[in-house]
Amino acid sequence: MTTHGTHTSLGLDSRKMAFWAFIGSECLLFTSLISTYLVYKGRSVVGPYPHEILNIPFTSVSTFDLLMSSLMMVLALAAVQRGDMKWGKIWLFCTALLGLVFLGGQVIEFTEFVHKGLTLQTNLFGCTFFVLTGTHGAHVTVGVLWLLTLWVRALQGKLTSANAMTVEITGLYWHFVDVVWIVIFTVVYLIQ
Amino acid sequence: MNEHSHPAAGVYLRVAAVLVILTVLEVGVFYVPAFHPVLVPVLLVLSAVKFTLVVMFYMHLKADSRVFTFLFGAPLLLAAVVMVALLFLLLGALTLRGAAGAG
Amino acid sequence: MKSWLTTTDHKRIGLLYFFTAFAFFLIGGIEALVIRAQLAQPNGHLVTAETYNQLFTMHGTTMVFLALMPLSASFFNYIVPLQIGARDVAFPRLNAFSYWVFLLGGLFLNASWFVGPLFHAGVLNVAPDGGWFGYANLTERQFSPGPNIDFWLLGLQILGISSLAAGFNFIVTILNLRAPGMRMMRVPAFTWMTLVTQFLVITAFPVITVALAFLMFDRFFGTHFYVSQAGATPILWQHLFWLFGHPEVYILILPAMGIVSEVLPTFARKPLFGYTVVVYSGILIGFMGWGVWSHHMFSVGLGPIADSVFSATTMLIAVPTGVKIFNWIATLWGGDIRGTTALHFAVGFIAMFIIGGLSGVTHASPPADLQQTDTYYVVAHIHYVLFGGTIMGLFAGIYYWWPKMTGRLLSEALGKWHFWLQFVGMNLAFFPMHLIGLLGMPRRIYTYSPELGVSDLNLLSTIGAFLIALSILVFVVNIVRTRRRGQRAGNDPWGGATLEWSISSPPPVYNFSVIPTVANRLPRWKTEHHEPMRDPPGTPPAPIHVPGGSWWPMLAALGLPILALAPLTHTLWIAFVGVAVLLAGIYLWAFEPFDV
Repeated sequence: MTTHGTHTSLGLDSRKMAFWAFIGSECLLFTSLISTYLVYKGRSVVGPYPHEILNIPFTSVSTFDLLMSSLMMVLALAAVQRGDMKWGKIWLFCTALLGLVFLGGQVIEFTEFVHKGLTLQTNLFGCTFFVLTGTHGAHVTVGVLWLLTLWVRALQGKLTSANAMTVEITGLYWHFVDVVWIVIFTVVYLIQ
Repeated sequence: MNEHSHPAAGVYLRVAAVLVILTVLEVGVFYVPAFHPVLVPVLLVLSAVKFTLVVMFYMHLKADSRVFTFLFGAPLLLAAVVMVALLFLLLGALTLRGAAGAG
Repeated sequence: MKSWLTTTDHKRIGLLYFFTAFAFFLIGGIEALVIRAQLAQPNGHLVTAETYNQLFTMHGTTMVFLALMPLSASFFNYIVPLQIGARDVAFPRLNAFSYWVFLLGGLFLNASWFVGPLFHAGVLNVAPDGGWFGYANLTERQFSPGPNIDFWLLGLQILGISSLAAGFNFIVTILNLRAPGMRMMRVPAFTWMTLVTQFLVITAFPVITVALAFLMFDRFFGTHFYVSQAGATPILWQHLFWLFGHPEVYILILPAMGIVSEVLPTFARKPLFGYTVVVYSGILIGFMGWGVWSHHMFSVGLGPIADSVFSATTMLIAVPTGVKIFNWIATLWGGDIRGTTALHFAVGFIAMFIIGGLSGVTHASPPADLQQTDTYYVVAHIHYVLFGGTIMGLFAGIYYWWPKMTGRLLSEALGKWHFWLQFVGMNLAFFPMHLIGLLGMPRRIYTYSPELGVSDLNLLSTIGAFLIALSILVFVVNIVRTRRRGQRAGNDPWGGATLEWSISSPPPVYNFSVIPTVANRLPRWKTEHHEPMRDPPGTPPAPIHVPGGSWWPMLAALGLPILALAPLTHTLWIAFVGVAVLLAGIYLWAFEPFDV
């Protein structure tokens, strides 16, 4: 993890800028997936249909969990920025842990759907639902790996307040994954 | 750099509280029959507010460089327009041809 | 050898891009020649219909993704950092990663020609055969059971990663690594067009990624994204593909427009006429390029509202394009013109692009388009735009920057032969296609009957195609000859205004001994407002840190084709190997000490 000490023309960190561009690019990725979900909504020729199967209370807890993980993430960043690596480590680990809880919830949800007869191949709802939420889940998985990597680096003493930018960029990714879920929760789960 | 302009933990906690309240509202609106005629717009607005709060405060876009706002905002705007156009084009086409499927 | 494999120097990566892309250009060209040989006479029987399908699919795919885009990328790599006064791109190792992914993706796609026996088929049997646009539901497993389409969709997924990585890299490079004083409105036109192109790349490629992922799920995991029996619509593919596909057209042409905007001022010894307008037109083209995709789909029957809207936007996008053409012509007007080969190609670009642009406007009108769609008229149009436009523009750039990249000038005499052969050849090859199309010959059909009355025109077109091949041969001779006997270029053989000409040719590994300070748009020219800048000294006054090479971008890149082999061969464990290689590459990369 190198830091850019060199002069930049906008006075901004290059990695952070690249990451914002990456997030911009990801907007188009998720938009394509969500648009497809919406276009195919109500066009499945066989069940199960969304209203028969989506578990709102369960997913509300998952949503809450992911929101809290975002809070942990900003607290981790604030701790690392003020050089408090003790709390930095704790919050980083909590963020990753809540991410794992979310993934566990997704595994439970998917398993339950399969038991109720909804698989990837069942109908258009199955195709679009699993590919959309699965892509999001894959993003969460990458985020958890990333957070755990930072946490291990911090335990080894290799992540210090000098690497605050690395933590900030990790946070950008994590929060973006969170806002995508905010949209998915509304568009897929609540608006049926 | 603008590390010092980042909001303190207190702001983060207040934002989290608002996010939780909004989520509770969303789920509440979903279950209250009185809201059903306006369910979609209300949910969309609530979700947009949550989205904006996270981006502005947790991703620091409010205090950060305008360059980042552009790098994120321009593709986001484009994505929104593309989504509306796709829905118009595809839903319009599918409806015109007469729905083949039910459900 | 090792230093080339591990290089993170933008100049070396630029050369790697050039030679790799040029090799793919030759392969795509050979495919085109076989196509033209097949069509030279009616009822041709040189190749079978199946082989023909593979030829036109691979010709289109190769030219778009493996030749034109990476040839532009070779100039992004080599020239952009020099034009903005930087020592390298923002992320040198990411840049190496982009190159290796591109190379491996290209090899993956082209391997399909030879690996038929592994899939219980003959050689030349399993190459992609669904067209470069891969329309669903022809590409579904039901209708295309072989591995052909798998090669195509997995290959394009790999190549998309290369383009996206390069996109982020160049956006940051251009925004953040400009020399002191180089404000955005002092950035050379080529670099500006590069920036617009990269924004199109990072927004358009995610859409094709999703479209291809749907197709992948349909083919490998039994989903129904494009299966109408399940209530889905194959039209979704068309929308997603062209949402990507039309910005892609501008991804292919904007860099060439940028090159021409550098070549014309240099050889007219006049500043680019209306620099600001050229830049803003480029930005506007970038934005409007997103609003025209459905004009590829008029024959679908989108309804009167959609047809009218996309017809109007398509006609409107001709306005900023036309503005640029007038700017280029005005740049030449009254200039002190030197008729170099580079200028020949640049002017050829303008002329051919006008023809291609005008035929493009003709199919902005849905009723006219319904007559032209899927005929050779459209083939004529895209070749005027992409061959007459992009290839001519790229050759202008090659003749212009070759001395900077290699230190030696290409032969002007051979260059003129190259230009005229190519110019005559391309018009002979592609102009008759307008007529062939209007007379009713459909594209992508492997043969035609003599009664159609297009036999002579087709023969003419084939002769033109071979003339183009001859011209490329002359170019290859020119490169080889220049390597041995080319005249030394010196820092600045042309009297260029931009920063790349202020340093030696080829530039030292650190580019600028002292980072220049830029005070205006034409730093190396004397104008009525300012004196030329002083070039950086030949030897650096202080030692300059140059980052070393790295193996890990290549290792990470290697993970992607391995990963793609898993679905291709239906073998799960290969996927784990691919992910392991990818992760190993990424972690070794992230923890490697590397100071830029």
